[in-house]
Amino acid sequence: MDITLPILILAIPISMFLILGIGGVKMSRKMAGVLGILGMGTTMALAYTVAFTYFFSGDSAFIVDGIRQQLQVFDVTWLAFTEKLVVSIGFLLDPISAMMLVVITTISFMVHLYSWGYMEHEPGFQRYYAFLSLFSFSMLGLVVATNIFQMYIFWELVGVSSYLLIGFFYKLPSAVSASKKAFIVTRFADLGFLIGILVLSFYTNTFNFAALTSDPASALASTGGATFMGASVLTWALVLIYVGGMGKSAMMPLHIWLPDAMEGPTPVSALIHAATMVVAGVYLVARMFPLYLVEESALTFITCVGAITAFYAAVVACCQIDIKRILAFSTISQIAFMMVALGVARPELHDAMGYMSSMFHLFTHAMFKALLFLGAGALIHAVHSNNYTEMGGLRKYMPITHWTFLIGCLAIAGIWPFAGFFSKDEMLAAMFANNWIWGAWMTMVAGLTAFYMFRMYFMVFWWEENPHYKEHKPHDAPWQMSLPLIVLATVSCVAGFIPFGELVTWNGAPYHIHIDPVVATTSLVVAVCAIGLAAWLYMKKNSKPAAMKNAMPTLWKAANRRFYWDEIYMFITHKIIFNIICKSIAWFDRHIIDATMDGFAKVTQRTSVAIKGMQSGSIQAYVLWYFFGAVLLALVTWICLL
Amino acid sequence: MDYSQFSAMIPELIVLGIFILVFLFDTFASESARKADGMLTTVLFGLGTVAICFTGCLPQECFGGMYVCNSVSFALKCILNIGVFIVLVQSLQWTDSEDMKMRRGEFYELLLATLFGMYLMISARHFLLFVIGLETASLPLAALIAFNKKHYESNEAAAKYIMTAVFSSAVLMMGLSFVYGLSGGSLYYNDVAAAVANGEMSGMLIVALAFVLAGIGFKLSLVPFHLWTADVYQGAPTSVTSYLSVISKGSAAFAFFVIFVQAFGAVYPEAWEWMLYGIIILTITVGNLFAIRQKNMKRFMAFSSVSQAGYIMLGVIAANAIGMTSMLFYILVYIFSNLGAFGVIQAIGNKSGKLNMDDYKGLHKSNPWLAFAMTLAMFSLAGIPPFAGFFSKILIFTSVTASNSMALYMLVLIALINTIISLYYYLLVVKAMWIAPEDPVVPAFRSACSERFGMWICVAGIVFIGLVSPIYGWLSEMSNLDASQLFAWLG
Repeated sequence: MDITLPILILAIPISMFLILGIGGVKMSRKMAGVLGILGMGTTMALAYTVAFTYFFSGDSAFIVDGIRQQLQVFDVTWLAFTEKLVVSIGFLLDPISAMMLVVITTISFMVHLYSWGYMEHEPGFQRYYAFLSLFSFSMLGLVVATNIFQMYIFWELVGVSSYLLIGFFYKLPSAVSASKKAFIVTRFADLGFLIGILVLSFYTNTFNFAALTSDPASALASTGGATFMGASVLTWALVLIYVGGMGKSAMMPLHIWLPDAMEGPTPVSALIHAATMVVAGVYLVARMFPLYLVEESALTFITCVGAITAFYAAVVACCQIDIKRILAFSTISQIAFMMVALGVARPELHDAMGYMSSMFHLFTHAMFKALLFLGAGALIHAVHSNNYTEMGGLRKYMPITHWTFLIGCLAIAGIWPFAGFFSKDEMLAAMFANNWIWGAWMTMVAGLTAFYMFRMYFMVFWWEENPHYKEHKPHDAPWQMSLPLIVLATVSCVAGFIPFGELVTWNGAPYHIHIDPVVATTSLVVAVCAIGLAAWLYMKKNSKPAAMKNAMPTLWKAANRRFYWDEIYMFITHKIIFNIICKSIAWFDRHIIDATMDGFAKVTQRTSVAIKGMQSGSIQAYVLWYFFGAVLLALVTWICLL
Repeated sequence: MDYSQFSAMIPELIVLGIFILVFLFDTFASESARKADGMLTTVLFGLGTVAICFTGCLPQECFGGMYVCNSVSFALKCILNIGVFIVLVQSLQWTDSEDMKMRRGEFYELLLATLFGMYLMISARHFLLFVIGLETASLPLAALIAFNKKHYESNEAAAKYIMTAVFSSAVLMMGLSFVYGLSGGSLYYNDVAAAVANGEMSGMLIVALAFVLAGIGFKLSLVPFHLWTADVYQGAPTSVTSYLSVISKGSAAFAFFVIFVQAFGAVYPEAWEWMLYGIIILTITVGNLFAIRQKNMKRFMAFSSVSQAGYIMLGVIAANAIGMTSMLFYILVYIFSNLGAFGVIQAIGNKSGKLNMDDYKGLHKSNPWLAFAMTLAMFSLAGIPPFAGFFSKILIFTSVTASNSMALYMLVLIALINTIISLYYYLLVVKAMWIAPEDPVVPAFRSACSERFGMWICVAGIVFIGLVSPIYGWLSEMSNLDASQLFAWLG
């Protein structure tokens, strides 16, 4: 494949970032917005060209005997540590990276367009677009990385751009602390990632994905059976790498940053904290999947963490008031879903259907979750509040938002024929194939998902009208915001019919999706019951929800407070780390190190004062010093030498 | 006598020629035409510098080996010429004043005369010629220091200078007479070197070394021969101070290198390495300790230059080709940095008469460009990257550590610690200019064209010399060409 298009895909967003970042101050808002949108539009067109060429051209570079190939379009050496340990920068094209190119550029373009309306009156509009471009660049660089070190570099860049965008409203203390929290937590997780990379490359002598995954058995052999604390070093490396993914993908217990990240502008939440960046962890595991297959204990670990997180986040989402927080917890839960699907995937179980379905869900989830977030943005735009208590009965005032939002909810709940049904069904089938416990557990989570999504839907669009509407009548958003909603809603309706198994599988061989009737019926029934329950409770204003809440106040409060995870972190960091460890170090710094330095300074100053008599100003004294100096010099040397 | 030998003395002859031209012009031109004295000297000297740099040098010994023309001395003369040119440019504004009407020409004549003497010091390979050069450089300087003859301080400074100079000459002569005795009646460096190498370590030799070191140490203001420095720097007109601090010091440092390495090279590891070792530590430390408490800028620069002289001496104690190269490089960088600082001091002094560090508070508000130039100069003197001073310090440290001796490593460590102290006082100036919240004491003004020109040259030098490696490469090439001759007697 010609390298022009791949290079352009990376070059356009980064140059947009530079142009808007440096020259943005001098530009008008309109100019900056149009530039950003055009840049992203071009990138999207190019990415589509590349992805479609890869999937459908049938070129022998991409597909051989029906098996889709992994292809390094280019791979240039960047840093050579040793002869073997070389960091290069390149562009990897395989089913998942091509799929991600489509997802990232589509959502990013929609968000660019949407932001034009949503951010219209915000100060720093140009800066916002610059950061969006930076993020798009970093995310694209991440998914096309040819080696794990390049991925790590872009991984950090993504973290930085997320930090910048969460803290976009830097005058709000809550936004600032949320951005710090997100950065510190993910950075902390990345420490594990880095150690994992170092351990892995230490034993395998390579960073390159192709070299690592094409022959995972030799990677295992290269460790020479070395173990650490009872587990093989490869397991350690893979688990540590996964810890990095846990940070970015907000798995428990590192999930605490994601709900707070909702302080950022809503389109940003749609792009970064719903559709693209947070699935980087899933992507990472998928990218290294053949290696994980060698160490099944690591996969089991992933499955367990995912299953717990999915349930936890779904429960918490049932008791939130802020609609963005609900969506955030829903995101955590859905990503955990994908993680579980990856964790249960085995080649002997329907050709690793878990892998395929996890990627499928990543794709569909990106579409309908971005839709839901952008819809939430439209709601917030209209009523100027994040809480559903300020909304209610909005279906009459905002028909476009209402219908698109409903499609998003149906998709995430897994109702036929919307996108979520197909991907979720495949995932559940894969889980049942591995062990019925996983399947049953995740079916329950799917039911919870349908329940809390429709709880939110009914509270926002039905329930009772907010009396404030009389003074300030809510209305649908301008076309820049409505158009992305409509586009994404359309995609959410039809994406399920994409023959995904033909395109993306773990080894490139096509897999024919067939709906498992038992699983499909069960999940549909569960979802419909959950929606029915939500409708019964929340469609019309009534006292049932309040009664339920009052019946179990402790549980409700605990769920509302996210089961006190933040408080636990606060306790550990402030009480234990800051108070005990940091304070003693600070004392040492102040009283020992600083005091020593002050002491040196004082001695210098004192000496300076003490010898000032030398410079008396009288010429006789000068000459005397001179003479004695010369004589003394001679004398001392004489004594020493002779 | 073979008169063609004079062709080896092109730099000296050019300086002498300019001296005579200026002298004649100043004597016979009409009073109104004499206003152009300064400009004439500067332009002639600029042309002369270009001529010297481009004629290059043909290595040869002349006058029976008393005078030598070689690559390193040529390189140093080029460097000094650049420095003198900047000094001349910077002094134009000062000599332009009404007060200087009658004396303007003399300033330039005396200055060129001292430069001629310094050239002789640099090229001398015979102690007699060296002493003549030294005195030619010293005596007119006393007159220059007393140039503001109506100012009490100027006269006092000149008196102190001449007294100490005379005393140091006496000590030097005493040392040289011992040398004469040691070498069996010859004052050629090579003969002395041979005698030292063949003879035994004796008390006479040690006294001779100590006295010669003291004699040249006076010009370099090494501790404890430096006490005149502060008073003289403060009292002398600023142009003379800047001349004293860079040109006089640079030429003396080079002469010091040549005399000790070439004439006394045989006893380097036994004797003078350790003498110099102690002197360097004293110089750097005492210079710094005094500098941190100075309030007057010129006095402050005096002690700073004492400390810098210690760093320059590190090149001598390294006693190798890298030492020579890095010393030349250090002098070059020091010229630009120090003249940059003095340029600002002079511009402010000419305009407002303010010379105290406190007067510099808030300078960035009234005169941002002056504050900028001063800041760069201070950064460079303190050795902060990426300015030239950083590279010169690194190179001179490298030269010292090249010999792999533990004692010299310690010396570098001490020098490094002193760099931190120096950072403190250099940054005091920067702090006064940029951070002190007070309203500016010095009112906003536009400096004269000549002053600005001089300052831009210095700023360009500070920024670029360190980054442009061909300069160092050229100096290194020059030193290596003469290495066999310079280090022939090194024990």
